[in-house]
Amino acid sequence: MSLLEVKNLHASVAGKEILKGITLTLEPGSVHAIMGPNGTGKSTLSNVIAGREGYEVTKGEVLLDGKDVLAMEADERARAGIFLAFQYPVEIPGVTTSAFLKTALNAKRRAAGQPEIDAMEFLKLVKAKTAVLGMPYDMIKRALNVGFSGGEKKRAEVLQMTMLEPRVAILDETDSGLDIDALKVVSEGVNSLRSPDRAFLVITHYQRLLDYIVPDYVHVLANGRVVASGGKELALQLEAEGYAKYLNTAA
Amino acid sequence: MVATRETAAAVRDVEQYKYGFVTDIESDKAPKGLSEDIIRFISAKKNEPEWMLEWRLKAYRYWLTLADEEPTWAKLHFPKIDYQASYYYAAPKREKLASLDEVDPKLLETYKKLGIPLLEQQMLAGVAVDAVFDSVSVATTYKKKLEEMGVIFMPISEALQKHPELVKKYLGSVVPYSDNFYATLNCAVFTDGSFVYIPKGLRCPMELSTYFRINEKNTGQFERTLIIADEGSYVSYLEGCTAPQRDENQLHAAVVELIALDDAEIKYSTVQNWYPGDADGKGGIFNFVTKRGACRGKNSKIMWTQVETGSSITWKYPSCILQGDNSVGEFYSVAITNNRQQADTGTKMIHLGKGTRSKIISKGISAGRADNTYRGLVRMGPKADGARNYTQCDSLLIGDKCGAHTVPYIESRNPTATTEHEATTSKISDDQLFYCLQRGMKQEEAVSLIVNGFCKEVLQTLPMEFAVEAQKLVGISLEGSVG
Ligand SMILES: Nc1ncnc2c1ncn2[C@@H]1O[C@H](COP(=O)(O)OP(=O)(O)OP(=O)(O)O)[C@@H](O)[C@H]1O
Ligand SMILES: [Mg+2]
Repeated sequence: MSLLEVKNLHASVAGKEILKGITLTLEPGSVHAIMGPNGTGKSTLSNVIAGREGYEVTKGEVLLDGKDVLAMEADERARAGIFLAFQYPVEIPGVTTSAFLKTALNAKRRAAGQPEIDAMEFLKLVKAKTAVLGMPYDMIKRALNVGFSGGEKKRAEVLQMTMLEPRVAILDETDSGLDIDALKVVSEGVNSLRSPDRAFLVITHYQRLLDYIVPDYVHVLANGRVVASGGKELALQLEAEGYAKYLNTAA
Repeated sequence: MVATRETAAAVRDVEQYKYGFVTDIESDKAPKGLSEDIIRFISAKKNEPEWMLEWRLKAYRYWLTLADEEPTWAKLHFPKIDYQASYYYAAPKREKLASLDEVDPKLLETYKKLGIPLLEQQMLAGVAVDAVFDSVSVATTYKKKLEEMGVIFMPISEALQKHPELVKKYLGSVVPYSDNFYATLNCAVFTDGSFVYIPKGLRCPMELSTYFRINEKNTGQFERTLIIADEGSYVSYLEGCTAPQRDENQLHAAVVELIALDDAEIKYSTVQNWYPGDADGKGGIFNFVTKRGACRGKNSKIMWTQVETGSSITWKYPSCILQGDNSVGEFYSVAITNNRQQADTGTKMIHLGKGTRSKIISKGISAGRADNTYRGLVRMGPKADGARNYTQCDSLLIGDKCGAHTVPYIESRNPTATTEHEATTSKISDDQLFYCLQRGMKQEEAVSLIVNGFCKEVLQTLPMEFAVEAQKLVGISLEGSVG
């Protein structure tokens, strides 16, 4: 069975249709990249899958392991294994990254019928994960995303992903704001999570990221539709030619 | 900490107000209503010295003249209280307890539900508890250890017997009998409370703690707490409160007086979780409390931390009179109101001495249809050269039917004194909530986390064991406030 299926998904915001029939199938173990011009609905797609309020799904389905995702609340979706690394992570003043991570991790564990993580075990885990991502350990003592630089925020998103070990990870422009070295480190973090029972949906504007996180498929999203799909070479082609030809066909 | 663990478990188990049980114990009550006879009855019951009775009567007679002066300036709405409809003295039968073994097992059961480690074997080091049940202090734990260090920690009724000179010297010296309507009433009818004296130079190595509980129906609770920190001493004191769930409103009009002499420091923390009434505002405690500390000595310090989650109405302004040169007053407050709760709370920092400093950090959270007002006064006296105040008031709104108000009064009669005031009002944003939900947290968990973050600066001033409990309370008191 496919891990995540998006079938003919239509969604609108404030009465305006943004997603106009999107179909995507993520097999376990696969990495899909989505590219496309600004404002075509990439973040909208992520938000609709993750269950953010304010979007009206007018048609179509989203299935996780064959189960109806759209019928679930956002938190249920997360506990079922859908993770979204946000394009613009929000600040949570006063809540340390560490406390946040622990709460999130325990929410997941509780849902799985596991006991809460023990304090020592937790610290060990965070230490290991921050090290992999080249983050200073002290960072977890700071309030989540408060005063984090653009790149630090993105790393914190990936840190959360590696801690929560989702089934489907959607990375919404996680590469933007990362410097060259960070891009490499973060990509390695993502790659370390690649596994036969996990799938990734990587949204990016830059083919450079895809040199590190090599996708199985690349899709072009324009005007709320998937207008082209191909292998990783499609990204190279886009880099060279831009989106002009897709915009014309999509119009 | 046994207490904390038990309490935490209880907190997890019960959805709404977890302390809403009533203990079925026969009690010894004075007749309903208020009169000089009732006051004489209370005083006689307690075998008080003559001067104490006189003081009570003086307060009572003065209170009668205040009949029309029940404070109305606060942003609170409630029906007029019939002071003749309440009982002013209720004691569990079987007083005079020689040891804990004699305590009514039902009482101990109640304390167990409350998470208080009253039985000696349940106690781990660190907390000495003086438990006030309705009007009588039932048992004071850790007495012996404290006695050896010269600490006096006992019910004030007992202190009146054993240390009358100390009580006489300090009682009413910070909050005089004529202070305000509720405090005056308290002077007349207070039945018990805690008395603490820390001798010169001693850093009291354990947290002293009192749990108050209103059990009887129609009783008011008027406890009186008096804490004296002698020169160079330090004490941290914690007060916790609960009451059963009842449809009628119950009055709690306590008075707390703190006195810090030269170089002494008192840290007074309250976690107030009186029954807040139901979702429609029926029932709940009227918490009309006067708390004031006097930094009498030079370099002395008083720090109030309060976490107010309960009561249907809270009217409370823990204050500091900064008399001694270079003395310091701090006030850290979290006030949470949900449903129909109302809170009008804040502090007064009265700077009299040179170089005195004060800091006010107030975090008000409103949800449901609740109203939350910060009301604070900073006064710089003519001799308060170089005095400084910093005030920060943050309000957080959950939903759009609640209210938050900030009413700061600043009076300065000294040009060298400085005051600084910052205020913010914010809402829990949908983005923050979604972010947390996306990480698998349930709605309530997310609200609790975000609100705890908002209150962090205050909560972290609480003693560790109680901070954990307070964090959980914050979450519980906001249940059902979103979505
Ligand atoms: N709440 C909203 N109200 C009105 N329009 C909205 C709202 N949210 C999104 N949109 C619009 O929907 C369109 C798609 O936005 P979306 O964020 O999904 O684009 P995107 O493909 O992620 O773009 P980018 O590459 O710039 O991140 C945009 O035109 C945007 O302005
Ligand atoms: Mg986007």
